Amino acid sequence: MMPAGSMVATVVALAAGTYALRCAGPALRDRVQLPHWLTRRITMATVVLLAALVATQALVDGEGFAGWARPAGVLAGGVLAWLRAPFLVVVLAGAAVAAALRMAGVP
Amino acid sequence: MRSVWRTVGRDLAADAALVAAAIGVVGLAFGAIAVGSGLPLWLPAALSLLVFAGASQFVFIGILTAGGGPLGALAAALAVNSRHLPFGFAVSDALGSGWRRYVGAHLMIDETVAFTIAQQDPARRRAVYWTLGVGLFATWNIGVLAGSLAGTAIGDTAAFGLDAAFPAMLLALVRPSLRERRMATAAVLGACVALASAPVLPSGMPVLAALLALLVVPAGTPRAAVPGVVGESR
Repeated sequence: MMPAGSMVATVVALAAGTYALRCAGPALRDRVQLPHWLTRRITMATVVLLAALVATQALVDGEGFAGWARPAGVLAGGVLAWLRAPFLVVVLAGAAVAAALRMAGVP
Repeated sequence: MRSVWRTVGRDLAADAALVAAAIGVVGLAFGAIAVGSGLPLWLPAALSLLVFAGASQFVFIGILTAGGGPLGALAAALAVNSRHLPFGFAVSDALGSGWRRYVGAHLMIDETVAFTIAQQDPARRRAVYWTLGVGLFATWNIGVLAGSLAGTAIGDTAAFGLDAAFPAMLLALVRPSLRERRMATAAVLGACVALASAPVLPSGMPVLAALLALLVVPAGTPRAAVPGVVGESR
């Protein structure tokens, strides 16, 4: 496939890059006092990123459509979350609906 | 440790245990897929210990096994992980100070961030971040190692609906933030941008493209809300 040396180097580079991305915010915290509007903007950015993750994880698999069973499960979980069901119920119901639909032959 | 558990509370601890268990099962699948597709045993284990970001790890080994080359795999995985930059600003208070900050940063993943931003109290934010972070790091790495050793003996986790459980989990965690109308508008808009761009952008980029929603939706600072502004709910 490829020499082990270059694979090790790639893994180390990915680890270093990811760690740098994670550290930037916490490391800058003491040095820069962020204004109120900016911290609010960052909170909004975090919520938007998580919502985009929910949407893409629910509907997209690789390059294409993930099939119906998965989004149906997520939708069931979402409705329960909206009704303020406990976290455990939301997650297990999401998985159960998707699993049941697959068992019934829905892709 | 006892005081940490008291701060987290029994309900939250049960939720965290569920997430940790689910992450462990995904780890099993990751290890099995990596070794099953011909990668050496050390690779999934090293990625999980040193990178500790599931989505990017799947993208990384996917491109490697498809023959995309190490640089292509590296670029794609880093793009997937770029969301940790804004995440870092959002949860930096929960990490603690001094050396803790630099250890805690490594535990930053979607689930720890989502659980932490759902908490208001500073002590609770810190306890939740660390308890969940350490727990998920443990189950993910144990799962990956076990999956790599078991190889193809691991079945298809989609049969249990695990792939639906993760988005449902994140949705349940962001729901409290969506009570505020502007947050909800930005979130829905961002999700639409991500979905619309998913067929044309490489993996990781659609989620980043969602940030374009911030250009359209105003920040709307509740503290400094101007009285009488239409649509301001506070």
